[in-house]
Amino acid sequence: MKRGLNPKKWVQRGGLAALLFALPMIVIFGVFSWWPVTQSVVMSFQKTNLVSEPRWVGWDNFEWVLTDPNLPIALKNTLWFAFLALIFGYPIPLIGAILMSEVRKRRGLYSALAYLPVVVPPVVAVLLWKFFYNGAATGVFNTILGWFGLGPFPWLNSQDMAMPALVLESTWANAGSTVIIYLAALIGVPAELYDAAEVDGAGILRKLWHVTLPNLRGVLFITFILQIIGTAQVFLEPYLFTGGGPANSTLTILLLIYNYAFGASVGANYGAATALSLLLAAALAVFSIIYFRATRAWSTT
Amino acid sequence: MNVPRWLQRFRRDATASAQSRPVEALTRGVVSEADWKRPGVRWTMRTVHTLLLVFLIISCIGPLFLMVKFAVTPTQDILRTPLALFPNGIRWENMVLAWNKVQVSKYFWNTVVIAGGSWFFQLLVATTGGFVISVLRPKWSKVLNSLVMVTLFIPSVVLLVPLYLTVLNPPLLGQSLLNSFWAIWLPAGASAFNVVIVTRFFDSLPREVFEAAEVDGASTFRLFWSVVLPMSKPILGVVSVFAFIAAWKDFLWPMLVLKRAEIQPLSVRLPAIQAREDLGVFLAALTISTLIPMVIFLIFQKLFLSGAGMSGAVKG
Repeated sequence: MKRGLNPKKWVQRGGLAALLFALPMIVIFGVFSWWPVTQSVVMSFQKTNLVSEPRWVGWDNFEWVLTDPNLPIALKNTLWFAFLALIFGYPIPLIGAILMSEVRKRRGLYSALAYLPVVVPPVVAVLLWKFFYNGAATGVFNTILGWFGLGPFPWLNSQDMAMPALVLESTWANAGSTVIIYLAALIGVPAELYDAAEVDGAGILRKLWHVTLPNLRGVLFITFILQIIGTAQVFLEPYLFTGGGPANSTLTILLLIYNYAFGASVGANYGAATALSLLLAAALAVFSIIYFRATRAWSTT
Repeated sequence: MNVPRWLQRFRRDATASAQSRPVEALTRGVVSEADWKRPGVRWTMRTVHTLLLVFLIISCIGPLFLMVKFAVTPTQDILRTPLALFPNGIRWENMVLAWNKVQVSKYFWNTVVIAGGSWFFQLLVATTGGFVISVLRPKWSKVLNSLVMVTLFIPSVVLLVPLYLTVLNPPLLGQSLLNSFWAIWLPAGASAFNVVIVTRFFDSLPREVFEAAEVDGASTFRLFWSVVLPMSKPILGVVSVFAFIAAWKDFLWPMLVLKRAEIQPLSVRLPAIQAREDLGVFLAALTISTLIPMVIFLIFQKLFLSGAGMSGAVKG
């Protein structure tokens, strides 16, 4: 019997029902995911401004983007943000999670506390911290630091301090979810390994170094790359805190893309915006591949 | 406290799903029983844990506590003495003004409607699609599955501009979705992450049950509605809570597609409120915006923490 040729048989076997059930997924993903993704490649080679018909322009958009004097600034700022986020945000959740996993009573309280800032809507967190960062001597942070004879600091108004201030808020807002991921991974460390290490006479620090950390390797590698990918696309903090200022010191790649497409001064340069998006995605993909290749030897086993 | 029955049921399911709650399941860690018996270790650990608790309280609750305090403090006091405890009394009016005059109530309602619709479409796509991929398994479902999985690896920034233009001029519809809630509801459904966790859960259900239902002559729809869905309540709870919270948090996309102020959600309105309103009233508006997700978190705490751990496992 040949399959697929007889429509009646196909319906009886449930082919039609399966198709009907798949319909929401096919339509929604088709229109709002697969179509825009292919569009982004097409648009990066076109000039589109919604007024006249799109026009093919070859590599013009890429050339325009790569010669934009703001691009090196945005690239440097994004790397700086990612680096600071790594310094602030990578070790603290790990240390916190390891300590929390040893808590005997009310461990739930610790994890709930750590997760609390994650629940705060990001816009609220940024606007609240923006107020805390008030550069006057009576600003919230300046008042607190004033008790110790420090400050007042200009925070967001200073080219040097603006970016670290953004990263500090972002770390506060996101560290909780990393802590929970580490806590879940710490459960996965087999108790026998600790028992065996103790038989060999290992102390707490040696167990930490030779059992705990090696067993967290896989998770640590994943959270590292996820954090890099996330920070490369940072938008909310620079947009709401500083709008890219002072003097472009917090202008990030995504803010630049936003300005190309929707900004007041440039605006509606959709071709350039998609071209830069694709370049960023390609850079992240290349980085991820190299990263996974380089760490494959460590992260397995 | 009177908890409605549907909520009680939901909570029970949520707890059941979190039974293997990783945070509590830890049997032992680095420090052994023998280590704990040594006084040096015990006192060090107790001190470190107390310090950790103090640090968590100050850094995680501190800013939120200040926000709530400012919400009922006169603006002059907020500006002059931000850390003094109500030198000139409490001003409840801030909250009332924020809710009524600034119309936080309206934007609040917009947020609820946006979150509700996004929740519906995410659940619809993930359950029906997951049902096809995991339970019905027609030949072409493998292709469908890979096409969905590929989108997991595409950074959201690539979608931003073309998705905006798609919403501006959607295929076959001939009418812009700009300034309508559909512009948020429908794209929210295209979440590969939801499909992954729902499909994985469906995969873990015993196939004998499906086969038995088929032998009993249950239609495909009955299999979906009366067998698979009721068995999947725990995972539906996880997806629901995350869908709701994600919609509540979103900023850039609603800002782009909802240009008219009266249909914007709170997150998009807040920066405008800041520019226009009295500081105390603005901070009251911030407090109200935080309240709902905070209450949901405290009710479904276990679900959240197990879900967050799970998202790490899936990403891994």
